[in-house]
Amino acid sequence: MKMTLGGFIVLVMVAITAGCSSKGDTKDGDVAIEDRGAEGADGAVASGAADGSDFSSYSLNDPNSPLSRRVIYFEYDSAEITDADQELLTQHAGFLVANPGQHITLEGNTDERGSREYNIALGDRRALSVQRILELNGVAPDQITIVSYGEEKPAAEGGSEAAWRLNRRVELVY
Amino acid sequence: MTRLARLLIFVSSVFIAVPAQAALTIEITQGIEGAVPIAVVPFGWGGQTAAPENIAAIISADLNRSGRFEPLADRDLVSHPTSADQVKFQNWRMLNVDNLVIGKLVESSPGQYSVSFELFDVFRGKRMTGSTFPAPARDLRRVAHHISDVIYETLTGERGAFNTRIAYVTSSGSTKNKTYTLLVADSDGYSPQTILTSKHPLMSPSWSPDARQVAYVSFENKVSEIYIQDVATGSRRKLAAFKGINGAPTWSPDGRKLALTLSRDGNPEIYVMDINGGALKRITNSAAIDTEPVWTPDGRSIIFTSDRGGSAQIYKVSASGGAAQRLTFDGKYNAGADVSPDGRKIAMVHGEGGRYRIAVMELDSGLLRVLTDGRQDESPSFSPNGSMIIYATGAGNREVLSAVSVDGRFKQRLTLQAGNVREPVWSPFDK
Repeated sequence: MKMTLGGFIVLVMVAITAGCSSKGDTKDGDVAIEDRGAEGADGAVASGAADGSDFSSYSLNDPNSPLSRRVIYFEYDSAEITDADQELLTQHAGFLVANPGQHITLEGNTDERGSREYNIALGDRRALSVQRILELNGVAPDQITIVSYGEEKPAAEGGSEAAWRLNRRVELVY
Repeated sequence: MTRLARLLIFVSSVFIAVPAQAALTIEITQGIEGAVPIAVVPFGWGGQTAAPENIAAIISADLNRSGRFEPLADRDLVSHPTSADQVKFQNWRMLNVDNLVIGKLVESSPGQYSVSFELFDVFRGKRMTGSTFPAPARDLRRVAHHISDVIYETLTGERGAFNTRIAYVTSSGSTKNKTYTLLVADSDGYSPQTILTSKHPLMSPSWSPDARQVAYVSFENKVSEIYIQDVATGSRRKLAAFKGINGAPTWSPDGRKLALTLSRDGNPEIYVMDINGGALKRITNSAAIDTEPVWTPDGRSIIFTSDRGGSAQIYKVSASGGAAQRLTFDGKYNAGADVSPDGRKIAMVHGEGGRYRIAVMELDSGLLRVLTDGRQDESPSFSPNGSMIIYATGAGNREVLSAVSVDGRFKQRLTLQAGNVREPVWSPFDK
């Protein structure tokens, strides 16, 4: 990634603003928000205000919840996050803010090309990109742990571009 | 997070010192024209049962693997002398061999052996060197490698590196259920010993300068941590477990410090840690990735990878910190350097046109030469005499080890029967 930190923050801010203004449409349209009460996973208790802006009403166990999407993919040698993934991370952030006891581990990964320890550093940079977006959206630093596995834990085996694309990722592990 | 645990620890997901498994096999994939012909005659053996080791075969394979010699096949040997008085030089001259090795293996007492050898210059008809070594059965391979070292040094003037070892990492199993092992084997692939097994990644082994300990990175606690382990006893201790990356450990030439990569202050930087006291000194300070430190043999500088210039390149910095100097300018990607034992060259992963190959650069001239022709070659490591570089390469869908001579003319492949093999590091000479 060759972006400066300043440029990065501006981009993230723009994305957050964009995310906020479109929040109502996306959510009310795509996702059924329901109050799952005490059945929310892992101690995540919904507060009941199901007006579309309360992320605490998402459930970690609901396959239809945006929170079920927990992998962010990257371009080669890049830690840039797409607009769509920034939107998704805003939703994860909302859930974490609403559930301050909830912890998340960000696992950074790379494809197999190049040197192994350099790839550890690249995976770390990707996880840091995700961490920054979560923190800019209000998640407390002590809710987040980062680990980079570099190329050591591929999601897909093999030396094809298809496999590499699946391996350049950050996994959000609740 | 643990600051610095100095206890020996044994975690249930990690097993130490499991008995040996399948050996590596070595296949020469590109020979050298002009390798020197040599005859190594099967050693004399007067025992009633088969000899405990085929000493001549071990020597012959060593010399062949060096790329400098071409041993005669057994079937082409005209006679089988085992002492100097039985050697008829005329016969060997007709076979066009420059040198002849003969020897004897004797059981001096039960389980105790004596190995003697002699090396001859066939054209001058003269004995060049010879010696006798006592050894128990378990040391016979070592004695054979030592004889190879003596022959190699006598004939080339360069120290032999046959009596050394390699450490490497393997992984096997499915994507969701992998097993990672750290092994140490003789440099000819024999006697592999598993020194650590884990369900979580193991990486970046590095030898101590006395070849007795290995430092490595383990994710056994689901974060990266650096350990150092005694190879013979298996005892180990955790040296670094800071927040973030704990990676890329390499031993200083005096054995007292480790260079390593930590991201505890935000992004990956090079540090030097005092192994006994644990004191840390930060060496680099940039907003970019700084990692993969290796020491120059004089211990005064550290060579590392950084993308501070926009892409991964190799840099050099004083081991006490300060401004870094960029070393590589050729190619888009240069990373994972190793320094030659004489300090005059670096080997690295050189990425260009979507291919990652091993290149060597002369530090004085800046001249860079690509030595290999794979698509994903990585982890180059110099032999302690500087003549060969061992590295990992993708072969089909597998990772295997290969070795190439520093001039790129001689290549060999080392294959383990199953699993992926990577991150080979050649041990220093025994001290």
